[in-house]
Formats: sequence, C-alpha cells, structure tokens
Amino acid sequence: MLLVLGGAWASVRSAQAVEIAISCGAVGTELDLCRDGANAWARRTGNTVRIVSTPNSATERLALYQQLLAGGSRDIDIYQIDVVWPGILAPNFVDLRPYSQGTQAQHFPAIIENNTVGGRLVAMPFYTDAGVLFYRRDLLEKYGVAVPQTWDELRAAAQRIQQAERAAGNTRLWGYVFQGRAYEGLTVNAMEWLASQGGGQIVAPDGAVTVNNPQAVAALGVARGWIGSIAPPGVLNYSEEEARGVFQSGQAVFMRNWPYAWALANSADSPVRGQVGVAALPHGAGGASTGVLGGWNLAVSRHSRHVAQAADLVMYLTGAVEQKRRAVQAAYNPTRPALYQDADVLAANPFFAALYPSFAHAVARPSRVTGRKYNRVSNAFWNAVHDVLGGEAEPAAAMAALEQQLRRLGRHDWGRERPPR
Amino acid sequence: MSGSARTLARTRVRSAWLFLAPTLLVLAAVAGWPLLRTVWFSFTDADLADISSDRFIGLANYLEHDQGEWYGVLADPQWWGAAWRTIWFAGVSVSLETVLGMVVALALNVRFRLRGLLRAAILVPWAIPTVVSAKMWGWMLNDQFGVINHLLMGLHLIDQPVAWTASPTLAMWAVVMVDVWKATPFMALLILAALQMLPTDCYEAGRVDGIHPVRMFFRVTLPLMAPALGVAVLFRTLDALRVFDLIYVLTSNSNSSMSMAVYARQQLVDFQEVGYGSAASTLLFLVIVMLTLSALALTRWRADGEGRA
Repeated sequence: MLLVLGGAWASVRSAQAVEIAISCGAVGTELDLCRDGANAWARRTGNTVRIVSTPNSATERLALYQQLLAGGSRDIDIYQIDVVWPGILAPNFVDLRPYSQGTQAQHFPAIIENNTVGGRLVAMPFYTDAGVLFYRRDLLEKYGVAVPQTWDELRAAAQRIQQAERAAGNTRLWGYVFQGRAYEGLTVNAMEWLASQGGGQIVAPDGAVTVNNPQAVAALGVARGWIGSIAPPGVLNYSEEEARGVFQSGQAVFMRNWPYAWALANSADSPVRGQVGVAALPHGAGGASTGVLGGWNLAVSRHSRHVAQAADLVMYLTGAVEQKRRAVQAAYNPTRPALYQDADVLAANPFFAALYPSFAHAVARPSRVTGRKYNRVSNAFWNAVHDVLGGEAEPAAAMAALEQQLRRLGRHDWGRERPPR
Repeated sequence: MSGSARTLARTRVRSAWLFLAPTLLVLAAVAGWPLLRTVWFSFTDADLADISSDRFIGLANYLEHDQGEWYGVLADPQWWGAAWRTIWFAGVSVSLETVLGMVVALALNVRFRLRGLLRAAILVPWAIPTVVSAKMWGWMLNDQFGVINHLLMGLHLIDQPVAWTASPTLAMWAVVMVDVWKATPFMALLILAALQMLPTDCYEAGRVDGIHPVRMFFRVTLPLMAPALGVAVLFRTLDALRVFDLIYVLTSNSNSSMSMAVYARQQLVDFQEVGYGSAASTLLFLVIVMLTLSALALTRWRADGEGRA
C-alpha cells in the first residue's frame, strides 16, 4: 500500500516538475538572452530548463539537428529553427495549434504562413530578421558623405573614406564587410544583391529556375568588384560574427548584418559605441531596397517526453512580454507588429520605426517552392557565388552552370513526386 | 609423440581463437557492421528523414542514365574534383611530412643534452585534437587579427594582411601547412624508432672506409630503414585520404576546397541523401583499399626481388 502511494506520489511530482531542454543559438548575446527567458518561465512554473548551445553557422546547426532528429533523440525538446527549415524538418515537429490557442494571429502573417506545413503549425515565430546596412555615422559626417541609397553610392562612399582614412594613418580600415563564407549567410547576402537589382529570387514561386538573367549576372559582377578594393579578401571566410568583429573594432565603414549587431555595437565595451547608424540596404537601378527575411522560430520535437510543458515554454518565449524584453535589451526584432509601436522598444532601437517596411516585407528565400530540396539549392547557389567572388569563375558562366545544376535538382517538380525508377 | 604435439597445437589454436573472439566480436560490431550497412545503403534510395523506407535501386547512386543524362556519384564533376583534390592533398602533405620527419628524426637521433625533453616536446602538435588545432590555426591565420599576418608584416615580408583561408587555392595550402605541422611529429617518431633499430656495425665499417656521411645516409641508412619508412608513409597516406576535420574547420567550406570525406558528409548529413552519400563513402573506402593493396603488393614484390637477388 505504501509502495503504491509512494509510486503515485512520485509520478504526480514528475508530472508537475519536468526538465525541458531547449536549443538556443549562441550568436552574440543570444545564449544569455535565451537562458534568462527560459529561466523566468522555469521559476513561474516550477519546472527546470536545460540550455543546449548550438553552432553559430546555420548550415552546421541544421546538420546537427538533422542528425539528432533522424536518430529520434529525446535530448532536446525545443529546437530553435531557421525560417527556411520548416519545409525540411516539418515531419519531426508537433502541430502547435492546440497549444497556441489562436495567438499565432498576433504575429506577422507571412511568418505564420511560412511555418505552416501541410496545415500544421510546426513552429512559433521567436524573432524576425532582415538584412540591414550598418554605417559609421562619425566617419560619414567627417567626410560629408550621405548614407548611400544605391550600391554605386555605397561603393563610392566606401572607397572615398577608406582611401582618405588610410592616407591619414588608419591603414587597416576597410570600406565594407558582409557575410561571404560559403554557407547559408552567403545565399542571403547574394539574394539581397540580386533582388535589389531586379535579378529575381533564384527560383520563382512557380518553381521555374530564374537565376540566370542579365541583372543577376551584373549584380554578381558588382559584388566581385568589391573584393580586395572596398572589402577585405578575407570576407570570403566571414560569417556574421567575423564581420561584426571587424566592424565593431572600428575597422570597417559599412557592414551588412542582422539587427542583433545594433545592441552589441552600442554595448559598454564597444569601440564604436554611439557612432553607428542603421539604414535599409542599398538597391540598384532596376530594383527597390531589399532585405532578405531571416529570423528564428521555436518548434517542439515529436520525440519529446513532455510536449505540453515544452509547448508552454514556446508560448512563453514567443509571447509579447519576452519578445519585448529581447527587443529592448538586445535589439532582436519582435514578430508581433504591435511591439513596433511600443515606446520602450522604439526608444532602445530607433531604427525599428524607419525600417518597419524592411522587416514587414522582407523577401523570402525560395524555401517554400523547393521544399526539402531547399538546402541543395542554397548550397549550389552559395558555391556559385563564392566561386565568382573568389575569381574562380566568371559571373555569366557561373550563373549558366548554376541554372543547369538547379534544373537537374528540380527535375520531377522539386521532388514532390517520387522519381520513377 | 607427434600425436601429443598435434593435440597441443590444436589446443593452442583453440585457446588463441578464444582469446581473439572478444576482439573480433567488438570489431565486427563497431567496424564490420557499419561498413556493411553503408555498402548496403549505397544500393538504396535511403533518406535521413525517414531511413526505414528505403528501396533497392541497384547501382543508380553510382551511375545512372536517365532521360539522356548521366546521374550518380561517378557522373558528378564535384566528386571528381574532390577526389583529385584529396589525392593531391595526400601526395603533397605526406611528402612534406616524410622529408621533414626524417630531418627531425636524424636530429633527435644525435646524443645531446635535453634530448628526452625535446623528444617529448615535438609530440605536442600530434597530441592536440585536430579540431582544436584547426580552430587555433584558424585564429592565427585570421586576416584581420591573426598573429601570422602580424608577424609577417612586422618582418616586412608582406605589406597587406593575407586572407589565408578565404580563397580555395590558398586555403588548401593552409590546410597542407597545418597538416604538416600536426603530422610531422608522428612521422619523426616512427622514423626515429627505425633509426634506433639500425645495426651499428655497418656504420663502423663505413667510418673505417672513410665514407662521407651524406653518401652513408643514402647508401646505408635509407635502404636499411625502407620497410619501416614504407609503413609510416602508408599509415599517413591512409589518414590523409580521409581528411575531413581540418578542411571543415579551417576553410570557408566551398565546393572548391572539398575532400572526398567532406563530399560524402555533405550528401549524408546536409542533403540527407543517405543512399547517395553512402555510395560516396563506399567509393572513398574502395580508393583507400585499392591504394593499400597496391602498396602492400609493391612492398612484397620488392621484398621478394631482394630475397631472390
């Protein structure tokens, strides 16, 4: 009798307090933010959380997730997933609609649509992202240069300031840094060049391969011209944090990055504190300013032992209170339109108001149409671009070869029908 | 008498098998089974997302003719690029390691004070896990903050920082350099062991005849230690053909700096194509097996030739 009672008591206890493991990104201050948020939930509910830190490169993180999920691992309950992954990982996650109780309507509809695969809501939006241009306000003022609107203006401004500053003894200054390593980040950067100069989105929403067009070829030619002149040759091995390292230590005039760099560039120990401005990315003659949609979402593994508690933590972390805290403390963009009118959020991030259209209408990567093949499309694209930037291939030839490669990949309608064997 | 000897031999053989059994079982479980499974997967269209629903598709992962075009690993120019790059890497790095290892071993074979300390010290690069040394070198080679650029600029050898790991061509040389730094101690150790086994009488005879030390090295030392050197080179070559972590951590990971192992992993993990990736792994395995067999055949043929001579 005692034994039965004891057993029942233990099971009640374990149903009450569980340990939820959550994978968080570790770019910049992300890990600390995530830990604080999850711990706040843990204190409220009496559960405990375990934070699992993951690689900084999105490409490596996806590889890790795929291995864990394919093995049916129970080690992680909540996965932080990139906006382009729902199509690849959807079968591994539970439908969150029973737990969200309609609150998904408070987020940007485009992200909710992106996270809905086959009618199932597989992830809740955690924060959104769009590429923005960071600039050194002090240097632009010193040389009387306006914030560049077009890529030509960016090049001219970068070149002028770089030359003048180097002549004045600042020999290690570069004009422009971005993400040029052969990984997902390069796909994002290059898509911004293409889309902002009328070069399309690699694969059109109807599945047609459109990447081989004159505007795209010209856009890559422009970008190749930066390497070694306004951008350091090493940019070919930079991801977000390497680019931020150069910019934040005062060695670059312009930087393309995600908004998270704002809070860090203005942190107490930053050499460029208070001297940084943020603007929309430049555009070309044939296009409008474009930031590619980034951002991360929280999904609950279907292998989790505590789905209900994990989903509750997801709802807490994606809730208005937590998203506001993250925006104020570390400039992570909320996925809730209402927070862009919040006085505290705008006081911490003045550029949120001016750049609201960039965030609300960011261009999506072709992950929906290419589905589970997205990863391969992106890989082929970033490799072609990397070869062009590194001078190993001519833009026109690289785009022609890429077109052929993507056509091969896209045979059988991007793998929606299984090929006849 | 002979009967009891035969019984004794049989008992010894039986106990030998008994002692070997655990090793063989563990080997079969951790090496044999995964290997067979990989080979099996290479004939299927298995997918990492749902690994149980695989279908047998024969050799299609290796080579397949579909609608007028060739598909499969052997029709992929990227795989061929990776294969030649891997062989180039193995050739260059192992050659450098052999020459440098020989120099280091000859130096350490001489009696001097603190020799024991130095012998231990040169092993440090070999003892560091490859991932750690790759990351460490990645920071030292960094184009903006790297200590290597700082040193070279201080010595006025370069006037602009060099982006060592950015372009694929330069990055492969950086990979070779780090591999040489890491594996030379291993080579030196094996060669040193061989040097110390050499009979001293040949040298005494040579010294009496007044033969020049350089001539002595090429005519006495090198031929005597050829078998040991061959084994060391073979070990390193097999290792170099499997190169993965150095390239993965150090370079920008573009297709232009991919080795065969990186290619296989990309297909297996990044693209979730377990079938296709297994075919790439199996091909890598076959390349290594063929190289090993031909190296063994070569040494046996040479040994036979010398035996007959």
